[in-house]
Order: sequence, then C-alpha cells, then structure tokens
Amino acid sequence: MSISTENPMLTTPFRIKGVRKETHDTFTLELESQNGKFSFEPGQFNMLYVYGIGEVPISISSDPTKPDGRLTHTAREVGVVTKAMKQMRTGDTLGVRGPFGTRWPLEEAVGRDVVIVTGGIGLAPLRPALYQLIAKRNQYRKVVLLYGARTPDEILYQKELQKWGGEFDLEVHVTVDRATGAWRGNVGVVTTLISRALFDPSNAIAMVCGPEIMMRYTIQELGKRGISNERIYVSMERNMKCAIGFCGHCQFGPMFVCQDGPVFQFNQIAPFFGKQEV
Amino acid sequence: MSKQLSLKMPKARTERAEESKFILEASHLGQLLSALIGKGYRAIGPTVRDGAIVYDELHSLRDLPVGYTDEQAPGCYRLEKGGGRAFFNYTVGPQSWKKFLHPPSLRLWKADREDHRFQVVQEIEQTTKFAFLGVRSCELQAILIQDKVFMGGQFVDPVYQACRDNIFVVAVNCTKPGGTCFCQSMGTGPKATVGFDLALTEVLEAKAHYFVLEVGSKKGAEVLAEIPYRQADKKRIQTANRILARSAKRMGRAMDQTNLKELLYKNYEHPRWKEVASRCLSCANCTMACPTCFCTTVEDLTDLTGQHAERWRKWDSCFAMDFSYIYGGSVRRSVKSRYRQWMTHKLATWVDQFGMSGCVGCGRCITWCPVGIDITEEVRAIRGQTSKPKSPKSYKEKN
Amino acid sequence: METLETIMAKHDFLSRMKKPHLKILSGCASNVVFKPDQYIFHEGERADRFYLIRAGKVAIEIRSPEKDSITIDTVGQGEVIGWSWLVPPYRWHFDARAVELTRAIALDGRCLRTKCERDHDLGYELLKRFTNVVVQRLSATRLQLLDLYGNPLKRSKK
Repeated sequence: MSISTENPMLTTPFRIKGVRKETHDTFTLELESQNGKFSFEPGQFNMLYVYGIGEVPISISSDPTKPDGRLTHTAREVGVVTKAMKQMRTGDTLGVRGPFGTRWPLEEAVGRDVVIVTGGIGLAPLRPALYQLIAKRNQYRKVVLLYGARTPDEILYQKELQKWGGEFDLEVHVTVDRATGAWRGNVGVVTTLISRALFDPSNAIAMVCGPEIMMRYTIQELGKRGISNERIYVSMERNMKCAIGFCGHCQFGPMFVCQDGPVFQFNQIAPFFGKQEV
Repeated sequence: MSKQLSLKMPKARTERAEESKFILEASHLGQLLSALIGKGYRAIGPTVRDGAIVYDELHSLRDLPVGYTDEQAPGCYRLEKGGGRAFFNYTVGPQSWKKFLHPPSLRLWKADREDHRFQVVQEIEQTTKFAFLGVRSCELQAILIQDKVFMGGQFVDPVYQACRDNIFVVAVNCTKPGGTCFCQSMGTGPKATVGFDLALTEVLEAKAHYFVLEVGSKKGAEVLAEIPYRQADKKRIQTANRILARSAKRMGRAMDQTNLKELLYKNYEHPRWKEVASRCLSCANCTMACPTCFCTTVEDLTDLTGQHAERWRKWDSCFAMDFSYIYGGSVRRSVKSRYRQWMTHKLATWVDQFGMSGCVGCGRCITWCPVGIDITEEVRAIRGQTSKPKSPKSYKEKN
Repeated sequence: METLETIMAKHDFLSRMKKPHLKILSGCASNVVFKPDQYIFHEGERADRFYLIRAGKVAIEIRSPEKDSITIDTVGQGEVIGWSWLVPPYRWHFDARAVELTRAIALDGRCLRTKCERDHDLGYELLKRFTNVVVQRLSATRLQLLDLYGNPLKRSKK
C-alpha cells in the first residue's frame, strides 16, 4: 500500500526498474517500492506523479498474486504527463499514490465461465485479473479472452497472449480493426468475436474494458448471448484528480468513478451509461 | 433532514441542548467575543467590505455590520445602512464558512529533487482554532454536509478535519430571511438545531436588546461560564420563538422537495436544460458561492531551477469546460450538460452519494448569479409548473 | 454416418430451420474444402453460391493495385459467407480467401433462387437469416470505421 493513512493526498516516490516499449504510443513502466511491498486487487489503479508536471490515473497491470513490490503500469501517450512519463528511464523516480478503486469480480466468478472482452489499451487493467485466473485456474471453468486492437502492431503483451492461449487453457481470440502485413489472424471489431466464442452464457461472468462505445456494443452482444447486466462488469474512465472522492471530477451519475469504480457491475450504472454528456 | 444529521452529531453536542435557555444582554456580546479570543480562538464573523457582508476576522464588536440590512433578489444584492442597533439584521453574503474549513487555495505538499530522486515534504501547518460567530442555520447544515464529504467516507481529508475539529460555533438564528432564502422548505432553518456550541436569537425591542442563548455543547457551556448571563424567563423565550416563527413564514422562496430526486433522475432529457443553458453564462459563481460545493483541482508547479516542486489544491467548478476532460476531450461540452450536472448533483445524485440533499436553501446561487437564474424556479419548470423564466426583476425596478 | 442434412441442421446459420426447408436446402448443397490461401471467389465473378463455414477461417478482401489485398473482415466457424447470390446482378463484391484449411457446405444459389421463388416461406426464412447477417456485418463495419482505439491526440491534430 502506498496511501498514507494520515494523508491520502501524499505521493510516495518509487524507483523505475525498467521501461518497455509496447507499441508506438504505449509503454510499460516497472516500478519498485522502497519497502519491497505493494499489494492491490486486480482492476485497481494508481495515481502516478511525474515530478513537477502532474499526476494521472493509470491502472495497475502487474501480477497481484506476487506482492513482491514489483509494480507495473502500461500507459499510453495521450497528454503532457504521459508524454513525460514515456521519456522516463530506469533509475528515475515516479510518485505513486494508491491503490484506489474497485476490483474485478474474481471471487464472484469462481465456478463459472469467465468472458473477458477488451479493446486497445483496455487489456492493461485486465492483465492482473488474467494472472489471477491463471494462478487459480482450476477454480474457474472456461476462460475466454477476446481482444481487439487497432492493427497487428498495436497488440499489447503479444508474447503473453500467445502463452496464455498455449499453456494455460485459456481460449484467446485476438482481432484487429485493420490488418497489415502478414497478419493471418482475425479482422473485424472485437464484438464480432462474442457470437463465435464458446462459453455457457447461463453461467458466465463477463469483464469488459475498452473505449465506451466499444463497451456499449460489447454489452449488447453479451446480452444477445444471454449474459444479464448483473453478470457484466465494466471498467469506466473519467477525469480523476484526487482519487479519494473529494474533487468531484470523476462524477458519473451518483457515482464517483475513483471510489465506486472504476469497475462497476453494469446494472449499477446502466441508467447513466451511454447517456450524452453525463 | 436535520433528524438524520443529528444522529451523526457527537453526543455532547446534542445532550440536553434544548433544555436550558439563557439571556445574554446585547451589551455583553463583546464579552463573548473577548472570551473566545481569550481562549485562543481566531474569531471570524460578518463584517462589511466592498459593499457586501463577508466573513473575516473580528477584533471587536465594531467590526460587525451593526445597523446594516441587505436586500437580495435573483442577480441582485444591496447593502443598506438603515441605522439601528441590531447586530444581525441581514442574511448570508457571498461567502460562506467553507473558505476557512476548505480553503480556496491550499498547498498540499512540497517536493525537492536531487539527481533522479525527489523527496516529498508534507505541509505541517499549525492548525488555526477558529471561532465562527454568526453562523446561520443553513450554513451549519452546509458544514454538516461537507463533514460527510470530507470525513464521512473511505478517506478523510486531514486538512479539513484538523480545522473542523477545532472550531467553535456561535450560531445566530435568522430573524430576517432574505428574498432568495428558502431554508424553511429545505428543513435547514431558520433556527439552528444542531451543530453549534452556542446559539443566539437576537431580540431588539424599544427598551431592550438581548439574545436568547442556547448551549449546544460542553465547550459552549465553558465559554458561557466566562461571561455574564442569566436564566431566560418564559416571556423572553416566547418573544424569541415568535420572531423565529414569523421569520419561517417570510422566506423569499420555497423549493418543493417532493420526489425531487426521482424527478431529476427522470428528466435528463427535459427541454428546460436547453432553455436554462441559453441564459447560463457558465461563470461558476453559483458553485463558488455555494456553501456545500466542494470540487477542487490540483496544480503542480516547479520553481525556475526545477529543484523544487509544489502541489496546490484549488476550488474548481463543474461549470468549467475542462472539468470533465479525459484524453480526447471533455465529457460535458455543452453548458446545458454542465448546468444539468450541477443541479442534478445538488438535488438528486447528492442524496444517493451522501444520504442528504446538497442544497441548504441559503439562496446564494440565486443572488450571485449574474443573470438571476433561480434554482427553485428551475425545479418548478422541470416539474412543469411554470414555463417563463423570471428576469432579475427587482434589479430592473431599482434602476 | 452424418448426412449433409444433419450437418446442416447443426450449423448456427440454419439453427431451428424447419425440416422440410432443410431438406430443400440440402438438395442444393455440397461439401467443399479450401486449402490455406486458396481463393473461394473473386470480386466481379458470377455469384452463384454461398458457404456455411464448418471449420477454418476465411478473409474477405479488397484488391488494391498498389499494395497487397486489404482484409476487411474474417469469418469463421458457424458463420456464413456470400449474399451476392441473393441480389442482382449476382456478382461477388469482394474476394474471399481461405486463411487456413477451411471446410464448408456450399449451397447452389441459382438452384435456391428458383426454389425460393416457388416457396416464399422458404424464401422469407432465408431472407430473415441473411438480413440478420447483413445487419451485423454493417454495424460491425460502422464500428470499425470509428477507429475506436486510435490515439485521440493524433486524431485531434489532423
């Protein structure tokens, strides 16, 4: 834990242990806590502070079953802070505040089929959930990962995706919106994979993360397959400044995404989801 | 609402609060102020500045707006020195006590860099002990609401809590409600019922000027012990009650709270939002003046050498365009959606978040709106009870 | 041994199809296998068939003179390819290429068109199923157009 119990607004410096380029605009930072410990739940996020520039919420993408203080974040260059973050190197220091927010329903999913539908960088917040599913593979029935990326070059965690499909009895389907080069995999939006995937809708839990439009159509497709809103979980994104429910920026209907989310049981937010400018 | 709030109050504050009433002669009010200052409090109360009543440090009773009255209407505030001896013959001004408990601008921490590392230094400020003199019932309720925001959840704002734990509250019951007041209909006034250490009702008669005083806490009783007072007699208590009963009937406005939450949840697409957006300037005055609005942003700064960084927290407003910015753009791009967010939060989603309405009926958002948008009127419009927006009438009449 | 009719009855596209209709369809059906990279049909050619994919993967492509073919969609097990046989001028709009070894049931469109004209119940049943496929592909294509995962920064700069 890196939230000061006395002052949840204080950030804690972490050393950057490694930087990896994932795609042309995404990168993974491996961080090391000073005391060698950092525990979190899959789905939670940290506020990462670049000295003097600012703080942004980034989901945690490391393995929660190994609380060895190894903490990884995959981020995308979309603003001043992430741009500065992308230029950071091993040995630099980054401020960490967290973990914050709700978790993926991995306990609720025990004994069921698990369907994970993600798009783009939405795979990052689901990676900890996948690690946990793999670590306790026998507790779950079918595990299906449906992942959509823009192009073959923009597929995150390529080696791991292969490993998950090959070694860990996960059904992994990747699709791209635009095929390039020698791509021989699926082409088409990720929602098209849902109707093809093999799972038992009457006993499945779905976890969804991606751009809001992608999530909306994914939920529709899952509904067509027979997964009800109570068994669909989505991870929402809104402007988060404080992450502790004080600043008001991430409000979404009667929720603060930083505290009540980012992972929501879909039926909780269904009345507000997809409404214009809420 | 007040019932629900009182459950959250520490026992000492509610214990026998209603039991005994005392008389404090107006001529002894100065001794109350001195007693508070003597106990190490920084006394804050209403005072006149820039043509308005604001809250600032009180050194003596001369700092109070004695003899002043105010006139308030949508988009209109007028201060008049009518003379007379009354200390509290006006209602709330543009500011609220939140500027002390939840400062408009606050440094959260500092950091110093050395090579590739930086060290974060927590701000350790001496917490000021504030004595708030002249807190109206609506404002007390507003403080209780912000308590819930900053201290009632998973996380506690240490800055707010440190300040909050040390305040002394002298409430003043409202004997003259303003033209934009509607606390009566919100169940938040005009008489303070919870959350005070001492509460005063000012009575000014031809030959008498006194306060009927109530004690709300042990702290209050301790201060009372240091000043001259006497047991209140039935007649004076009745006089004070009569004044307050009359005050409750003279509210400038009212808000019907019946099924208000459900109403607003149902009406995200009501045409009124577009209509109000055509008048709203998105200036954020309402949110700054509101005693319960709590939104903030942060600013990260460095000095020129880059070796020293700071993080500041500042009041923000949901009316600001970039308030809802996520990469790629803002979620609430239109004024319509921002006004809807503000009002729906205040009156509906707030209830689900904090178990109470976010509005205390103080009327500030109506008075200080440059175009005179009236939240009570907007609610009526959503209910379908009116169609024409009111212009800031009294302002025009005066000029 | 499974007959064509029983195999067809199990295919998602024909699920809950009435028996007599299935029987008519099987009269126009044949088993086909495509090797990896084998073209199933080409743009502009006469469209007189459609395919129920039993296994494998097929890419729908658009040819481009200056570069490799562009894959716009892939279709797999349980899905159907080809609806140009239904609408005049009965010519393929795209290329279809087997990406991997693909097994399918080919249905003779010319034969079916005649049968549908004679049996409107069958025609309506088939049309409903094809409309559903067309609608799904159209909405998927619309989502694809949004470039959902594109970097918003780069998009706004353009």
